[in-house]
Amino acid sequence: MTRKGRRLTLIGVALCVVAFAVGLGLYALRDSIVFFYGPSEIAEKNVQPGARLRVGGLVKPGTLVRSANERISFVITDNAHDVAVTYQGQVPDLFREGQGVVAEGVLEAPGKFHADTILAKHDERYMPREVVDALKKQGRWQEGGGT
Amino acid sequence: MIVEIGHYALTLALALALVQAIVPLWGAARSDEGLIGVAQSTAIGQFAAVALSFAALVEAHLVSDFSVLNVAENSHTAVPTIYKITGVWGNHEGSMLLWVLILAVFGALVAIFARALPPVLRGNVLGVQGLISSAFLAFILITSNPFARLDPAPFEGRDLNPVLQDPGLAIHPPLLYLGYVGFSIVFSFAAAALIEGRVDAAWARFVRPFALIAWSFLTLGIAMGSYWAYYTLGWGGFWFWDPVENASLMPWLAGTAFVHSVAVMEKREALKVWTVFLAIVAFSFSLLGTFLVRSGVLTSVHAFASDPERGVFILLILAAFIGGALALFAWRAPLLKQGGLFAPISREGALVLNNLFLTTSCAAVMLGTLYPLALEQLTGEKITVGAPFFNMTCGALLIALCAVIPFGQSLAWKRGDLLGAAQRLAIAGAAGLCVAVALYAAMSGGPVLAPIGAGLAIYVILGASSEIAARLWRGGAPFSVLLARAAGLPLSTWGAAVAHLGVGVTLLGLAMTGFGAETIASMKIGEPRVVGPYVVAFESLQPRVGPNYRELVAKAAIRKGGAVVATVEPSKRFFPAREMSTTQAGIVTLDLGQIYISIGDENNGAIAARLYWKPLVTLIWIGACVMALGGALSLADRRLRIGAPARAKAALAPQPTRAG
Repeated sequence: MTRKGRRLTLIGVALCVVAFAVGLGLYALRDSIVFFYGPSEIAEKNVQPGARLRVGGLVKPGTLVRSANERISFVITDNAHDVAVTYQGQVPDLFREGQGVVAEGVLEAPGKFHADTILAKHDERYMPREVVDALKKQGRWQEGGGT
Repeated sequence: MIVEIGHYALTLALALALVQAIVPLWGAARSDEGLIGVAQSTAIGQFAAVALSFAALVEAHLVSDFSVLNVAENSHTAVPTIYKITGVWGNHEGSMLLWVLILAVFGALVAIFARALPPVLRGNVLGVQGLISSAFLAFILITSNPFARLDPAPFEGRDLNPVLQDPGLAIHPPLLYLGYVGFSIVFSFAAAALIEGRVDAAWARFVRPFALIAWSFLTLGIAMGSYWAYYTLGWGGFWFWDPVENASLMPWLAGTAFVHSVAVMEKREALKVWTVFLAIVAFSFSLLGTFLVRSGVLTSVHAFASDPERGVFILLILAAFIGGALALFAWRAPLLKQGGLFAPISREGALVLNNLFLTTSCAAVMLGTLYPLALEQLTGEKITVGAPFFNMTCGALLIALCAVIPFGQSLAWKRGDLLGAAQRLAIAGAAGLCVAVALYAAMSGGPVLAPIGAGLAIYVILGASSEIAARLWRGGAPFSVLLARAAGLPLSTWGAAVAHLGVGVTLLGLAMTGFGAETIASMKIGEPRVVGPYVVAFESLQPRVGPNYRELVAKAAIRKGGAVVATVEPSKRFFPAREMSTTQAGIVTLDLGQIYISIGDENNGAIAARLYWKPLVTLIWIGACVMALGGALSLADRRLRIGAPARAKAALAPQPTRAG
């Protein structure tokens, strides 16, 4: 094979692998992007039930109900709008009422959310950044006021 | 006083680094050996200064000197001594100091071993290394001074984040940094080659040991981080495609590609430009990782305190080094002479394919990691790219790569025999297929990918071993001859085979997760639960007091066929200093698999618990250790080390000298 032929083979193989990767990437990206919204945004944007998303806000005090088999329900609020969340499983150590939380799952009906993952902050000093931003948008966040 | 000495030493290190950045580069440009000679003493001096500074910070943490802001915020008198020491790098400032310390260690190593290097190359390498040191020392001194004082000093510290009070903190960051920072040497060599406009097989031979050191440590560091997350987060997962994990995976993928392409360059003088490019890319990803983790753009356990000023500073460093290196590459790379020719079906061809797969999967990870950040900056829309994206792109590409690994190993350099290689791998392929079919038949539900992955893993493991076996066997021979042949094989051949074996072992561990069992339950004391082949029951639930925490400990017995095979004590710890609690999973290893129990809250005498049976899960991390061992074996190959003094033959006379 000539030098040119070899180079063409190499470029051909490279293009195939890259095309394969780009195809996979585009296909996978379509299904696995999850949007993050605060409760108010869900109400404003009129998000359709069935959409997979992340909801962030504060766990509304007095709404956490624990039932059998690790089932829990609570309300995520940004003090303007609420979303009712159901979840089965263990929650992170720092999950509690009045604290910031991010829930990932599926919106079952307007205002009703079923979470399959609950994320809380790792350290009592910090809020999930998305939650801070969502609360800021609603003007409910005071700098330094923390939790 | 000691604290001030530490601060002074750090400033001194910056001054030395600046001298090291300017004088040798100037000297190399003028071919002045006297100016180049400055590099070695400054590199070693810089190491001494940074080490002194680091020691001062360790001392401040050890004696709980709360007049130092860093200590007051991240330590507590009641913290056990080991966590006082590891707490030094359990915060932003200290971890950056560790970063710079390791950078200085590598710089000093190059300075010591660089005597064999041609002077111009040595001056350029150490000069570029000095530039990197200067940038990061300036970053610490300007934005993240670990020696800042606090007045008045508090009586008690705020305690180390309980999540970090774990032996993992002693091991994971240093290993990871040894990997990240090790690639800075590779970067410096690439930049030096470009400045000089010359690169050859000897260059590859100098770089390869450093690349192998960095790669091996990065492998271990990632594996350790994964195991730490696995046992500490209580979710039983070991890889979350979290941006911080991706930040460490990207340099690993680029570094793995580099380790392979540099072998081609060394043996065949081919792929020169590409290898230099990969060297730049590998360290660029290390810098990107440092930026993502340390600047606070990501929410994660690794982002200590976010401070916009720091983010901007790291971004500037990032832009200067990556932009500068790529500009240098664009300008100077055409000067590098084209290398040797090879047929597409050959060892070189296979390694090119390997590089293609690794770099495209690296690009896929980068896309998934940076796309949400870019989108948020551009549109304000917040998204996350979930695990399915990474599994489908990076996962699929790496699985395809595994299928070609054994071929690459059994093809000859220059011109290979594909049919012959396929014949040699027939047994391994057949065994893999049998395992896949058998597992598929035995499986009830679960992902189809699991038996396929397991079969592929068996094929990779046998393929890696058969390469060695074929070389030793050659028509059969008595055991003693085989042994002699084994000793005669170059260590780098053993290294490659062992590293590929490690890939197979890790893949097997990953595939077997598909055969695990998981239960979430609310269990009363004594109530049995079946988890996989075992039965778990809690025996007691008692409070216990630790040095700086209180905990609720559940004792669980694990039975098989009625007999107790193990007991574990999962617990929930409460740390009063930060009013935080953590989950300590109870884990026991049985036949390379693990029973994993983490408990939640107690409710009417019943304990909320997650129970997992994870067959062969330890293979994931064992495989990573095997990979790193392969790297170490390759590293030990004396043939590949220029500048290593010739072996003193007299002292080692009875030993046969190695081939080559």
